[in-house]
Amino acid sequence: MNDPTAVDEGLWRELAPQTLARLLRTYGSDQFDLCEDAVQDALLDAHRQWATEPPRDPQAWLTATARRRYVDRVRRDVRRRDREGHVSMLQAPLDHEPATSDQPAATDDALRLLQLCCHPELPRSGQVALTLRAVAGLTTAQIANAYQVPEATIAQRITRAKRRLTEAGGGFPRPTDVDERMAPVLDVLYVMFTEAHHTTSGAPARDADLAAEAIHLARLLRRAAPESTEVAGILALMLLTEARHPARVGSRGRLIPLDEQDRTNWDRNLVDEGLELLDTVTPGATPGAYLLQACIAGVHARASDTESTDWQEIHALYTVLEHTTGGRNPTITLNRIVAQAMLQGNDRALAALDELSSAHPDLARLDAVRAHLLERAGRIDEAGAAYQRAIKATLNVAEQRHLRDRLRRLSGG
Amino acid sequence: MKYLIIMHVDPTVLEQLTEEQQQQLGDGHGAFLAATKESGEFIGTQALADPSRSKVVRGSADQPEVTDGPFVESKEFLGGFYLLDVADEARALELAQQIPDVRIPGLAVEVRPVVFADLGDG
Repeated sequence: MNDPTAVDEGLWRELAPQTLARLLRTYGSDQFDLCEDAVQDALLDAHRQWATEPPRDPQAWLTATARRRYVDRVRRDVRRRDREGHVSMLQAPLDHEPATSDQPAATDDALRLLQLCCHPELPRSGQVALTLRAVAGLTTAQIANAYQVPEATIAQRITRAKRRLTEAGGGFPRPTDVDERMAPVLDVLYVMFTEAHHTTSGAPARDADLAAEAIHLARLLRRAAPESTEVAGILALMLLTEARHPARVGSRGRLIPLDEQDRTNWDRNLVDEGLELLDTVTPGATPGAYLLQACIAGVHARASDTESTDWQEIHALYTVLEHTTGGRNPTITLNRIVAQAMLQGNDRALAALDELSSAHPDLARLDAVRAHLLERAGRIDEAGAAYQRAIKATLNVAEQRHLRDRLRRLSGG
Repeated sequence: MKYLIIMHVDPTVLEQLTEEQQQQLGDGHGAFLAATKESGEFIGTQALADPSRSKVVRGSADQPEVTDGPFVESKEFLGGFYLLDVADEARALELAQQIPDVRIPGLAVEVRPVVFADLGDG
């Protein structure tokens, strides 16, 4: 193994965040920059040395090396204002740490680091960028590519997020506040995942796949917090959604809606894993919003087509979800109305849509759903007008193309 | 979400600005640039030459035809734009109100969502 790149990329990405978390715990989260640099130094050392002398315990080796590198940097960095405060830290033993019982597990480290990056004081875009960089181990260039913005924009977000963490203080999250800090972490991962589906639609392939990163992080979270049904829910939701991906995008990036998808193209492994996860956690769980959405995706996944789908169950789940989220999310109501149409017919559903649109005139996708229901009800002229409004309203190029196709099909083109 | 903030300028309004107003406009854009770069929302900006410098290449059946002057004769012209990446429309509008043009009667900016972008290095 003389080629240093032969060390598995996945291993680096596993080890780096854990090493960073250990340094942050020791030296404080206000030392984010220095700790990150020290971890990078240690990774370079590892690249150079492991090919010829692989360590017995890679994690311990990296942590010890990164600590030494941190100390080197602090010593070199004589202009650091708060250097004095850290001198006492430097007396800490730098050698291999004994694996005592008060050593937190690696998954625990990853969870704390996630919680730190998703600090409620940070703006959402900063939380996402910092998480992708520090926990998922992406480069700034990869993150910029995933979001289709210049690298400088992302670099600035990360810099600013670190600065705000320093200002916010509070140090490295403690194990006691797992649940209270979990909500923002889940939301950040979900934003990351949905962004993937938005930015990749109709666009050329990217070298960093946000959906894959979000799933990777959700798996990590699941290992770190096996008790949390919401964590299980978000992972299952992502797996079941991602499973549809091969069937969702047709030729030339065309979007294929659920009811027209060839379900044999769904990724069977992801479907099975998602359903298995649901079976593990749903009995006896009081479902939160993510688990409910996962259950809905699960009902779709168990059906072979639209006709044989248990719409009764889907309608019931959306109704519970509406209550859980306090009726604040009109998109949930919109989806419930789609299920209602399957159960009670198009007229009832169209009346419900009218009610919803008077409360939320700017709701995206509302006209797309309306057009679809009008078409099914045979009200062709009205459907055409609704498709035209929907085409104007959407900001998603692939969605726009799909709606134009529908409109053409409607007018017999 | 990416938004384009389009600055519409009326050349006659620009000609009549006082020294002080011109200074304010310049300083204001400088401050806006610095603030959006600092917040990580800035993607790019361009200021365009006077529309009298425009040429129009018009499609035709055989050979495209090149003529002088702007595409549309109008009082206001596209003077330049900012391309930003922000959380949502509300934030885009909030930022648009920090552009110094909107403190000068006769000038306006338009805020429009971007549906596709390829910035080469992003």
